[in-house]
Amino acid sequence: MARLIHPDRALSTNPLKVSAPLGAAMAYLGIEGAIPLFHGAQGCTAFAMVHMVRHFKEAIPLQTTAMNEVSAILGGGEQIEEAIENIRKRAKPAFIGIASTALVETRGEDVAGELREMLRRRTDFADTAVVYAATPDFAGGLEEGWARAVEAIIDALVVEVPRRVRQVNLLPGANMTAADIEEVAGMIRAFGLTPVILPDLSLSLDGHLAEDWRGHSLGGTRLADIATMGGSVATLAIGEAMRPAADRLAALGVPAHVFPSLTGLKAVDAFVATLMRLSGAEVPASLRRDRARLSDAMLDAHFHIGGLRVAMGLEPDLGFALGTTLAAMGAELTCVTTTATAAAERLPVAEVAVGDLGDLERAAERDGCQLLLTHAHGRMMAERLGLPHVRAGFPIFDRLGAMDACRTGYRGTRAFLFEVANAVLSHPHRPRPEDFGAARISPEFDHATPPPSHH
Amino acid sequence: MSEALKQKIQDAFHEPGCATNAAKPEAERKKGCAKQLTPGAAAGGCAFDGAMIALQPITDVAHLVHAPLACWGNGWDNRGSASSGSELYRKGFTTDLTELDIVMGNGEKKLYRAIREVIAQENPAAVFVYATCVTALIGDDIGAVCKAATERFGRPVIPVNVPGYVGSKNLGNKLGVDALVEHVVGTMEPAEPGLTDINIIGDFNLSGELWQVKPLLDRLGIRILGSISGDARYAQVAMMHRARVTMLVCSHAFMAIARKLEERHGIPWFEGSFYGISDTSAALRTLCRMLVERGAPADLLPRCEALIAEEEARTRAELAPLRPRVGGRRVLLYTGGHKTWSVVSALQELGIEVVGTSMRKATDGDRGRVTEIMGTDAHMYENMAPAEMYRLLREARADVLMSGGRSQFVALKARVPWIDVNQEKHEPYAGYMGMVELVRAIDRAVNNPMWADLREPAPWEVPACEAPDAPFVLASVPGSKADFEDC
Repeated sequence: MARLIHPDRALSTNPLKVSAPLGAAMAYLGIEGAIPLFHGAQGCTAFAMVHMVRHFKEAIPLQTTAMNEVSAILGGGEQIEEAIENIRKRAKPAFIGIASTALVETRGEDVAGELREMLRRRTDFADTAVVYAATPDFAGGLEEGWARAVEAIIDALVVEVPRRVRQVNLLPGANMTAADIEEVAGMIRAFGLTPVILPDLSLSLDGHLAEDWRGHSLGGTRLADIATMGGSVATLAIGEAMRPAADRLAALGVPAHVFPSLTGLKAVDAFVATLMRLSGAEVPASLRRDRARLSDAMLDAHFHIGGLRVAMGLEPDLGFALGTTLAAMGAELTCVTTTATAAAERLPVAEVAVGDLGDLERAAERDGCQLLLTHAHGRMMAERLGLPHVRAGFPIFDRLGAMDACRTGYRGTRAFLFEVANAVLSHPHRPRPEDFGAARISPEFDHATPPPSHH
Repeated sequence: MSEALKQKIQDAFHEPGCATNAAKPEAERKKGCAKQLTPGAAAGGCAFDGAMIALQPITDVAHLVHAPLACWGNGWDNRGSASSGSELYRKGFTTDLTELDIVMGNGEKKLYRAIREVIAQENPAAVFVYATCVTALIGDDIGAVCKAATERFGRPVIPVNVPGYVGSKNLGNKLGVDALVEHVVGTMEPAEPGLTDINIIGDFNLSGELWQVKPLLDRLGIRILGSISGDARYAQVAMMHRARVTMLVCSHAFMAIARKLEERHGIPWFEGSFYGISDTSAALRTLCRMLVERGAPADLLPRCEALIAEEEARTRAELAPLRPRVGGRRVLLYTGGHKTWSVVSALQELGIEVVGTSMRKATDGDRGRVTEIMGTDAHMYENMAPAEMYRLLREARADVLMSGGRSQFVALKARVPWIDVNQEKHEPYAGYMGMVELVRAIDRAVNNPMWADLREPAPWEVPACEAPDAPFVLASVPGSKADFEDC
């Protein structure tokens, strides 16, 4: 159990946290035909959109209610209505996901109430599903915003349906990449189960070239499938942040299984054991093979990860997944995380600072860390401290293929261990006499340098 | 095989300084000390490999391998000798003979050109030319080529005649250093020879091990004049004949050069080790005593004692907190290192149980010492076949294996921690600070939480049955002819 430290300072240096509305927008983008809509000032949307464009290398159809001076004081209900009207006209989305921002939440708007009233009145909006999540920037981060959006979708769109044998709900966490989701979905399918994945970025933001230009998300979970989630035999939620969403489905009679992590041998074992119980099926040979290969990779990687001092700055669930995996390999962690959550408290260290990259940089220097594990903004710190930098989380804007990194399941864990070990190996340390306090050899013995003159 | 090479090999095996050799009857002595290789059950390196191990750490030399590609194309860039100066020794130079070269007899010409090119390209202090199986078989006279090249290019070009088929790595060690004695030692003079100049022979500065010891020598004012061959410059080999004392670092293979330095230049030598606390102290004591005997200031002795007292106290203080983390752990040693008693006793001092140690290269004297330290001979064994070792480890009869690289995977696949104590290793373990590093490495290895996870059954398996609790008697393990860890 880690003690959470809240640094006693007013100044935040080099933010680690990503805002909650951005997390909500990302979740909405995992629904087919979706447009996320920020209820706030224009800039909230612009920054978030640029952030996501840099990370995903995709056009991001993020819209704004463009609160102005008047609506900021008198209320933004009309702004939402106008925004929905315009979005429907221009992009014909099947789904609009609204995320509130600090501005409207500070004002104390009853967005949910106004939205209900408006949708009752505007029957012409009926063919667009509209969902609202309260995600003020001042509460939580990426993982919380994402989770609030998923909860809002479940509340609004899941209905009671008859049992669907062999269908399970999969609720991926905010930091799972397209490759992660594909890996987990593949494991579920290998047991003869059919997952409904909410949300499914592996269909929308996996980076594929479409045949057409649309102003909304290209792929994602289908609304019709979301409606059936109440009939699934189980919900598999990945990450502690997804527990409330799983609980909502449990209230509809779908048993919840929350997996704090799907990275690391033991974590994946627990997941596989659950799949075995749910399906009653034989464990596929390919999965047995993957486990044997991970075991061997652990042996090879432990020489480089055992005793490695890692500075880790990640959101709680991602930090828990990767941090426990490294700690299980003998690494020593120095942790900073973004929000004080249950996952943060369970990090395998004595203390976790809820802070920023500035805190991590100081702590990494203090602890003599040898590797940095954080998002792309850590690059300057890595340079200053001369550390190898493994990028994880959001945003990763200075590398390609962020959505291709799979660190989930037996195979993803294997890849992650190799990634970390290789980062260590790519910073080779050639021993020098001064490392041991030895004096240098007299230059008398050195070979004189004039080049040979004979030819 | 040429008569000259045959004679050289005979000489190499004639080692009056070697107690093992001297104790043998005449007929056996002729056979040499390398064990006869067993077809189908041999895995060690060849004579060429042995020569490279001995000579390649000389840093400012271009090591040119006269051979088809396999010898060096497969062999280069695989050892961790560290350099504080030139990085030239790490580059791989070979004549890369083709079929046409061999059929047309172009070997010597190509070698001569390669020597010219490597001198022009790299400006080395010297070129070492290694003859290998094929070039020896086709009769290339590398001696003549080297002689001509030396004269033509004004740069020492040294022939090292070590075709792999003449014997094992051990023989290659001997033939390699013999080339140094014949062609290099005594060809240069130090600017200011001192009364505390020494030679160190048989340390290769793996991962910087020589530098773990060097600060001790620095503090005593002792200078490493000559080195074979850790962090050595060519000049340091050429000037070896001016040192006052030679320390031979636990190695029978290099005894000849120490003896010849004594015979030809009157430099006394002793055999010592920098592994373990007591051996490090003993080596420092002997070194200082011998230097004083040869005229170094007498205050060297009390200064040496003060240094030893200080370092030993500090080392024990650093080891103390590690004791509860490693105490009670069972170590299986599988090394050629018949001189690891000092390490064994240091480990035992920390409460580590040494459950077995291989005696492959040990003499009767070594056996006696092991029995003395361990109280019984039940823990000695000869070669062990990999499958046998796997079984022992899988049954969890040892907590950690310390060995060379070849048995690494036997331990790992048996889900048992492994520590590299051989020449490919990446961690330096010499001197007092090296002992602390070694115990830290044991701590890191055995206490890594990974092992527990790894030994857990998969979700689809029933738990494995408990390990048997029978006593561990290695002497009863059937020996194997296969020396798969020839180090």
